[in-house]
Amino acid sequence: MISRDDVAHLAQLARIELEASEIDHLAGQLEVILGAVARVQEVAGADVAPTSHPLPLKNVFRPDVIRPSLTPEEALSGAPASEEQRFRVPQILGEE
Amino acid sequence: MITQNASEMAAAVAAGEITSEALTQAHLSRIAEVDEKVHAFLHVDAEGALAQARAVDAARAKGEKLSPLAGVPLALKDVMVQKGVPTTCGSKILEGWRPPYDATVVTKLKNAGVVILGKTNMDEFAMGSSTENSAYGPTHNPWDLTRIPGGSGGGSSASLAAFEAPLAIGTDTGGSIRQPAAVTGTVGVKPTYGGVSRYGLVAFSSSLDQAGPCARTVLDAALLHEIIGGHDTYDSTSIDAPVPAVVAAAKMRNVKGMRIGVVRELGGEGYQAGVLQRFNESVEVLRGLGAEIIEVSCPHFEYALPAYYLIAPSECSSNLARFDAMRFGLRVGDDRARSAEEVMNLTREAGFGPEVKRRIILGTYALSSGYYDAYYGSAQKVRTLIINDFNAAFAQVDVLISPTSPTTAFKIGEKADDPLAMYLNDIATIPVNLAGNCAMSIPCGLAPEDGLPVGLQIIAPAMADDRLYRVGGALEAAFNEAWGGPLMNMAPSLTGGVR
Amino acid sequence: MSEAMLDYDDVIAKYEPTLGLEVHVELNTNSKMFCGCATVFGAEPNTQVCPVCLGMPGSLPFVNERAIESTILIGLALNCEIATWCRFARKNYFYPDMPKNFQISQYDEPICFNGYLDVEVETDDGMRTFRVEIERVHMEEDTGKSLHMGGATGRIHGADYSLLDYNRAGIPLVEIVTKMVPGTEKYAPLVAKAYVAELRDILRSLGVSDVKMEQGSLRCDANVSLSPRGSGVLGTRSETKNVNSLRSVERAIRSEMQRHAARLDDGLKVVQETRHFHEDSGITTSGRSKETAEDYRYFPEPDLVPIAPDPAWVEELRATLPERPSVVRARLQKEWNIADKEMASMVNAGVLAVVMETVALGADSTKARSWWVGEIARQANERGVEVIDVGVTPSDVARIVELVAMGELTDKLARQVVDGVIAGEGRPDDVVATRGLKVVSDDGALLLAIATAIASDAAAAEKVRGGNLNAAGALIGLVMKATQGQADAAKVRELLLKELGQ
Repeated sequence: MISRDDVAHLAQLARIELEASEIDHLAGQLEVILGAVARVQEVAGADVAPTSHPLPLKNVFRPDVIRPSLTPEEALSGAPASEEQRFRVPQILGEE
Repeated sequence: MITQNASEMAAAVAAGEITSEALTQAHLSRIAEVDEKVHAFLHVDAEGALAQARAVDAARAKGEKLSPLAGVPLALKDVMVQKGVPTTCGSKILEGWRPPYDATVVTKLKNAGVVILGKTNMDEFAMGSSTENSAYGPTHNPWDLTRIPGGSGGGSSASLAAFEAPLAIGTDTGGSIRQPAAVTGTVGVKPTYGGVSRYGLVAFSSSLDQAGPCARTVLDAALLHEIIGGHDTYDSTSIDAPVPAVVAAAKMRNVKGMRIGVVRELGGEGYQAGVLQRFNESVEVLRGLGAEIIEVSCPHFEYALPAYYLIAPSECSSNLARFDAMRFGLRVGDDRARSAEEVMNLTREAGFGPEVKRRIILGTYALSSGYYDAYYGSAQKVRTLIINDFNAAFAQVDVLISPTSPTTAFKIGEKADDPLAMYLNDIATIPVNLAGNCAMSIPCGLAPEDGLPVGLQIIAPAMADDRLYRVGGALEAAFNEAWGGPLMNMAPSLTGGVR
Repeated sequence: MSEAMLDYDDVIAKYEPTLGLEVHVELNTNSKMFCGCATVFGAEPNTQVCPVCLGMPGSLPFVNERAIESTILIGLALNCEIATWCRFARKNYFYPDMPKNFQISQYDEPICFNGYLDVEVETDDGMRTFRVEIERVHMEEDTGKSLHMGGATGRIHGADYSLLDYNRAGIPLVEIVTKMVPGTEKYAPLVAKAYVAELRDILRSLGVSDVKMEQGSLRCDANVSLSPRGSGVLGTRSETKNVNSLRSVERAIRSEMQRHAARLDDGLKVVQETRHFHEDSGITTSGRSKETAEDYRYFPEPDLVPIAPDPAWVEELRATLPERPSVVRARLQKEWNIADKEMASMVNAGVLAVVMETVALGADSTKARSWWVGEIARQANERGVEVIDVGVTPSDVARIVELVAMGELTDKLARQVVDGVIAGEGRPDDVVATRGLKVVSDDGALLLAIATAIASDAAAAEKVRGGNLNAAGALIGLVMKATQGQADAAKVRELLLKELGQ
């Protein structure tokens, strides 16, 4: 069962500042959706191997060769803010 | 001129009967005339398109050999990046972003002289089945402007049906090329996963996404498929093999002796009567053309939709993490006091629409510790079971067929905020994405009850895309003969006058 | 905010330490892990970036084959098993220096696992070998770098905003994680240091990384926990991040052991947290404690296909492995005819590899050893850096030894050349040229100086002529002074005596 607190926690993990009304609305919807999608468990036995990639490709490598980079102007062209040829972002919290 | 097929337009350009510039201008005029009603385009790059067109004309004048679609205009779904041209994915969070690079598909189109008219509307980040989830307003179905054009690639399908472009690029994660094609009476192909490069396709669900051709005829789709398909050294999941001979297959018009499977689980309950009627008639047409019709069962397909709604949101929750206001796109709340973390939270709240948030939260849940095995892990097992079902089916038949979508185009707003009802639109298309094989939707008539187009889905094994075109081409020819011309001839005029 | 520390001997009397080490190594590939951008250290900001390593919408990763090869080599050198099939996984968390807000890493399917590394430590009873078991070696990508602007300190706390350079983002990173290492007793700090040093030597001998701790191409997170002696109960561990020199590895472990013990003695709990080591004070301080367990939501990276190294390829790579450093040591000790103690001092100073390289370049082993263990080690120590990071290369030392052997430099001049190289004045020949350090071997110049000396101290000259050779010392002194020490004293003596008929 998915609670309001669960949704708030998920929103925090997903970095979305949901409004209270959105949390309420989503909690109800997720409950319904999860109820429907949980059906996958009916057939997901221990004997069934999971598939992560639709095609059986393996060992796809690139030689260690330099390819052209963007120019700094191109790299920074979409930046909301930049300074000294760097992306300028608000103060970063968290560990040093 | 704009009602011609792309192959006819290309031939006219190559023969010097018309310049690409004039052809492009004709389409730009059509867009100017009708797109206010249809809203297929988010951005029209008139200048860029005309410059490309003139380059093709110049190349022709110099006697250079032109590629099969050179000079023909195309509409590009706004989920593909094009250098210097705004790319929004239908989202506020990317408003104003001009990518500094071209998607591989775009590079191939440019190299082939295909003229890119602009970027088409879509459900935000390709999440939806109606194009109502675009942050820039819905696209209207040219067959009935009060109805949806399908989704997520509703802009691309509508641009074809409104004769704003003869070719379009779509992307298909759970049906986003095929379902819009079905409800607009056009042709759409989801190639084999890895058949067309994903480099530059803004990812929704990486293991399901596939770009593909959209057109008004099977042959046009094949010509476009050959241009955009093939191996790419920028996409690790790209298949290192030649593109299947789709153009030759589209021209075969012969299905004699082919074994065609009707999937028991894709039909019946939940499908509109008129959809089933047109589908059943199509089966008879195929039988009449000499195909052997075999009923097959894919018992795990009923788990495809739940598996999809775990896998796609899970991958999207990770793929969309990069939209964080730091390096590109929208930034909200940067008042010099708030932290980067707070600005991320506010930007993502303001920049994403409800469906995108819903899926991100759902995916975050499905991947979180303690739930992974029950949800994401189980969904991946279902994927294996669906692949097994396909393998068993393709051991008996060459292709499978089904209705593309359970219903014809519904009314705009009809299913808003009923996610489960909306998700059911993709019930017949999703198994193909989960397994990674290929499928096509072609028009198979109008539903008697509403006069709206019905799509028929053809499904082939991985890397056997040519079979889609063989069956699609033969059916299309048979239908056109029966209808006295293409289905699109029956579409209403958008200008009140003669098309 | 300094915490109580227990005397180290008391720590050992009461507690048994368990070590754990996580080392991150930047590979020295030409291009990045998942894109073709260059990896040059110190390039102008955001000049080695592309849509892939900037995490731009639509971009896709593509694996660098040499990074895989280097990682397998590392695994083989660490006696690991190589996976027959493994995948990359996404580690999801938001941080502005990580462009995609997930790191492509490996989760439960590392490419190499179950290895070990034997390290030798000098104990009270002579050299002793400790086996450090390796849990896993896996591949991932590095993050960008942030500059914290404004505020008083230039540090992250109190900064007004940050500037991000993504040149480093996407550089291939290999993470080497040990199992828990019990039984090191009072040698725990030395074992930790020896492990990192040995690992560094191996990585250098493999040629897969620059292994420069001060540039961050080798980074160590050191974990330690204490359990009361004989209790058999494993204590709570702390993790000290980014300890950026060998010496700091030793100091950080020792300091953490002392801090843990003091807390345990006081009946306090050790908090499971991340600590930061401070070079200046030699102690650690608390980083952010993990209030809530991180939920990284790992899942297989859908944009990259599985890796299944062909066993034949792995065997080919195994065949290219250089001699193990421990085997090399035994061989060299014999070849160079040196005692355990001398070998230990070289290993402790972390100079064995450079001495070997110097000898390989043609230098005499005794001379090469004495430069590295002596003058260069002293200078490195003065500057608080590792010997190999002081700025002198094996080829510099080989050239200096050669110049001395050729009589072009005296030992004293050679030391000045070393100074010059360390000061960044160029290679030895550049320093000799710009500082004008060449031995004055021109007989004409020396004879002139000798004549001047004889003229200025006629009495001494007369004594020498009379057979009193001891009196030559004063004259030689004058010549050396006149030539500013650049003359070879033996040569001066020879010429002087000849001049004075002796």
